[in-house]
Amino acid sequence: MPGIQAQNISKRWGALAAVDDVSFDAGPGQVFGILGPDGAGKTTLFRILTTLLLPDSGQAAVDDLDVRRDFRKIRSRVGYMPGRFSLYQDLTVEENLNFYASVFGTTIAENYHLIKDIYQQIEPFRDRRAGALSGGMKQKLALSCALIHKPAVLFLDEPTTGVDAVSRRELWEMLLKLRDQGLCIAVSTPYMDEAAMCDRVALMMQGRFMALDTPASITRGFKHRLLAIRGDRMPALLRELRALPGVLACHAFGDSHHVTVADDLDVAALARTLAESGHKGVEIAPVAPGIEDCFMALARDGGEAK
Amino acid sequence: MLRYLLEKEFKQFGRNKFLPRMVFMFPFVSLLVFPLVANFDVRDMNLSIVDHDHSPMSRRLTQKASASGYFRVTQVADSYERALRGIEDDTADIILEIPSGFERDMVRQRSAAVMIAANTVNGTRGGLGSAYLAGIVNDYAGELRAELMASSGRLVTPSFDIIQRYRFNPHLEYRVFMVPAIMVMLLTMMCGFLPALNIVGEKEKGTIEQMNVTPVRRFEFILAKLIPYWVVGFVALNICFFVAWAFYGLTPVGGVGTIYLFASVFVLAVSGLGLVISNFAKTIQQAMFMMFFFVVTMIFLGGLYTPVASMPDWAQRISDFLPLKYFIIVMRSVYLKGSHVTDMLQPLTALACFAVGLNALAVVSYRKRS
Repeated sequence: MPGIQAQNISKRWGALAAVDDVSFDAGPGQVFGILGPDGAGKTTLFRILTTLLLPDSGQAAVDDLDVRRDFRKIRSRVGYMPGRFSLYQDLTVEENLNFYASVFGTTIAENYHLIKDIYQQIEPFRDRRAGALSGGMKQKLALSCALIHKPAVLFLDEPTTGVDAVSRRELWEMLLKLRDQGLCIAVSTPYMDEAAMCDRVALMMQGRFMALDTPASITRGFKHRLLAIRGDRMPALLRELRALPGVLACHAFGDSHHVTVADDLDVAALARTLAESGHKGVEIAPVAPGIEDCFMALARDGGEAK
Repeated sequence: MLRYLLEKEFKQFGRNKFLPRMVFMFPFVSLLVFPLVANFDVRDMNLSIVDHDHSPMSRRLTQKASASGYFRVTQVADSYERALRGIEDDTADIILEIPSGFERDMVRQRSAAVMIAANTVNGTRGGLGSAYLAGIVNDYAGELRAELMASSGRLVTPSFDIIQRYRFNPHLEYRVFMVPAIMVMLLTMMCGFLPALNIVGEKEKGTIEQMNVTPVRRFEFILAKLIPYWVVGFVALNICFFVAWAFYGLTPVGGVGTIYLFASVFVLAVSGLGLVISNFAKTIQQAMFMMFFFVVTMIFLGGLYTPVASMPDWAQRISDFLPLKYFIIVMRSVYLKGSHVTDMLQPLTALACFAVGLNALAVVSYRKRS
């Protein structure tokens, strides 16, 4: 089956398990998201799958090719966009694209249709040096270069980190279009809100996948009651809530605190307690859990299990 | 494939604001400045004379010393202590003390003593200066003896006169010795170290990560890094030939072809060394530091400034492992003596061994990583 198959991949750096027994499948026409904080092992996993690194143990195949044995073939079948901008900053936009096209034995004209939507946005700057581009434009150029040889699988390592909100949305729109053309796309991101754009996501922490499913199933798996609580003095409120009995966890979440509470907690009593300790303007409402809530819960459970 | 890579490398090289200028400036500056500054010819030493005799003979000795061109009489002191103070405050480099009774002893005993004292804080300058001065004194003594014998009516006893002739560098000019060696230095930097720094630069910038997921093979990638600098190195070498001819009137006595042949083998060797360094270094800073270490070692032990033959035994053993040493020997031989390839089979073999060995080491050290 084309796409990506990984079985029990592990990679250690000394005492640290960067990738710890990770398995997953991603098929063509699918966006597979790997969500996790910095240092979770996302980049190491991508580098293994793009043949830049050998795993200590485990099997992986990309587009039906083994990452150990057929690494050369894989290299012409995948597009890889590293987290750090890795094109030649002293070459112009067009020179970079041309160079990567010729290195893969193709031309811009031949695969122009693939990159048209993205490349058109930076084409007015084709004579500008890549180093002089803005962050968003750099990402668009990098994506164009990763696509120019018509890869079957695309690996994007944190493509939206350091990119403004508009460029971020544009980038995701392009990825979804590419997916609809049948590409298998693996994308890593530290932003939990981007999970919604993926067909399937893995929540990664300390080298392990804590969950692996569709975003909807993952949020459905959240078993506790979740409340959104706001007040006039948010930092004090956070401290207070964490100390209360019946509160399992509490995290700042945008303009409110997401509070995981015991199933039998009396919300009216909670409101009274907070008012008694001098908190004003307190609003309490039940809220549907998001991926971030699930991630926090899983990270907490994982921590307790150890 | 190689064509695209080379195209890219040359484009980047040309676009670099600094490097192309460097290729032209470096040969000029290093050949015009270094040989003039790094000079062991001792001239214009400040001579302090302490003449206790005040005789015609002692005055003639003073005149001879100042007429030699090596010395400038800057002080005529009345005591040795006074002259020594001159050395202490750096107005004098060397003292010639002529005792009273110098002329009397010379006439009666055919010999007399003088004292030479030199400031040897700078050993070369002090040592050579006092040797020159001793030579002048001996010369003068011989002259006096001949005169005295002639005037006393006795037969002049014939004496040996040693005439020294210096082959290949008749005027013993240090720059003739230096210029070919500096060309070696230049090739080392341009063909050995610049490509290595370029490769480490790609590592540091992360661009190598993107290259590694393309079908470009490692060998092609490295070759594309080396070739432009080989070209650049040979351009610089030719600029050196020009500078040596235009400013020092130096042209190789031997064939330019011989130099090219040896230069090619040498360039392969230092490129290999550069690659080994690039395999171990993760950042340009690390690479620079390693190169600095090798450059300093090679300059001092490879015979660039001082002859290998006058080094202690252990240092000579070390220098046997420096490719620079062999190429410096070759360059000097071809430039000054006109040696042919057949005269230099030993350095050629050594350089070829380095070329093979260092490149093999580069391959091995690359394989061992990740």
